[in-house]
Amino acid sequence: MIEIEGLTLTRGTLRVLDDVTLTLPAGGVTAIIGPNGAGKSTLLNCLAGLITPDAGTVRIDDADIHRLREPERALRLSLLPQGQTVVPRLSVRELVSFGRWPHHRGRPGPEDRALVEAALARFALIPLAERLVEELSGGQRQRVLVAMAFAQATPWMLLDEPLAALDPRHARDIMERLHEVAASGRSVLLVVHDLAIAARYAQSCICMKNGRILAAGPWEQTVTSDLLSTLYDTPLRLADVEGQRIILAG
Amino acid sequence: MPRLALICLGLGLLALVSLGLGATNLFSGPLDSGMVLAVSRLPRTLAAMLAGAGLALAGVVIQQTVQNRLVEPGLTGTPEAAMLGLLAVTLWAPGAPVGVKMGIAALAALVGTAGFFALSRHVPRRDPMLLPLVGLIYAGILGAAALGLAWATDLLQYVSIWRSGDFSGVLRGRYELLWIIAGLAVLLYVLADRITLLGLGEAQARALGLNWRQTVLLGLGIVALATAVIVVTVGAMPFVGLVVPNIVSRLWGDNLRRNLPLIAAMGAGFVLGADILGRVLRWPYEIPAATVFAVLGAGLFLWLIHAPRGRHGR
Repeated sequence: MIEIEGLTLTRGTLRVLDDVTLTLPAGGVTAIIGPNGAGKSTLLNCLAGLITPDAGTVRIDDADIHRLREPERALRLSLLPQGQTVVPRLSVRELVSFGRWPHHRGRPGPEDRALVEAALARFALIPLAERLVEELSGGQRQRVLVAMAFAQATPWMLLDEPLAALDPRHARDIMERLHEVAASGRSVLLVVHDLAIAARYAQSCICMKNGRILAAGPWEQTVTSDLLSTLYDTPLRLADVEGQRIILAG
Repeated sequence: MPRLALICLGLGLLALVSLGLGATNLFSGPLDSGMVLAVSRLPRTLAAMLAGAGLALAGVVIQQTVQNRLVEPGLTGTPEAAMLGLLAVTLWAPGAPVGVKMGIAALAALVGTAGFFALSRHVPRRDPMLLPLVGLIYAGILGAAALGLAWATDLLQYVSIWRSGDFSGVLRGRYELLWIIAGLAVLLYVLADRITLLGLGEAQARALGLNWRQTVLLGLGIVALATAVIVVTVGAMPFVGLVVPNIVSRLWGDNLRRNLPLIAAMGAGFVLGADILGRVLRWPYEIPAATVFAVLGAGLFLWLIHAPRGRHGR
């Protein structure tokens, strides 16, 4: 369970996070949605302990995340930061192996190696394992980074726009696998812009605008056409086609 | 590790050549050959190898720390800052023991490198060429300050010695500080994973549990100390820290746990090779190793940019 209380962050004159209070039960896939500049990434980075807020606390599974040191934090949550620009010249297996680093700190054991192989298998990366990450397509590369976060084997996985710039097939591919990951008992929290994807795969959702939480909770009970229209300042309609949630413009 | 063995074999051959090369014929000369070896040839060979390894290792560390492959200690103001420190001690405490001078130079180098690092955080990352250019200007400013100070205090001679790396003056008793680099290399090997993690960027490295601030400081400290030691004992040498890590990265990737020994050995070999070339090209005169490498390094770098990608294997 993540408990956020009174989280506030000011940058210059801008309130990036404005008194955010929220309780997030463990389990399932939770999507953070909202317009650009709503504070979604900032919230995620605050939860991961990378940004220290001006006020407020974040407790993850009963530990104050900002009081933990990095090595301890990395055992409780993994984070995929937004837009990895520089790609190191490592093979897929080498990079995914670094997901185990918080556990072995330089001395990998047989268990670590097994978990790396499991992560590679889970994200269908075995055929690519010896390839250099920089040789891969954007979609494959993103899958490698998510696999690395998965290999970290933390109760919480925080992903900042893991689907950015991915085509529908790759986006769907990653979400299907994250869905399986969540089904196996981990909690996945991700920032996502594609509402269709969020509607399809997220069990709960956090709607943010101007640094505030507009609404949060299980998707069915929280998200309405009115809420989405208010959130994005443009008319949006939630519809149900053959049992699947879809979003329509206008 | 056949690769490392191969590089070490080449390095060994170069060392033999270097030991055999000089004004005195070891077998029929008038001097005791054992003495020549112990006092001059061996120290010179070791100094070139240690300096080369140190430059290459400092190069890879700074590249990982600022996440830019086109940077090297010569482009971060590190040698210039070390020179400023040296000038300051020479002016205000000329009688200080060499260890103190060294310490002050290393400290100044650290401040200079940290300044570059702070600057690098504000340089947009979209174009990787931007940071080396910023570094060039930054190093230029520090270098100008050093030159100005030296000019005003009649110490220009020192600066010109520190600026061009040359092993002709190396004798027993005058190069031993360079052994610090061997210690730094061992320390770096222990830190290898952490330095690789630095290359993933701050957010990712911290998310993987790296104590980022401490690691950056350690990395910058290693770069500063290695560079300062080299500047003090043999003089600055550009390009080594740029070319060697790039060749190794291109051929065998960025996994430093595996590649640090290769980088060190290749740096040692290149600088020793440059020193040998400098000794034979205009026999019996000498060309400073730094000058030879500047020409060689430029060629290597051009090749590097255009060469086909190597196989990245085990």
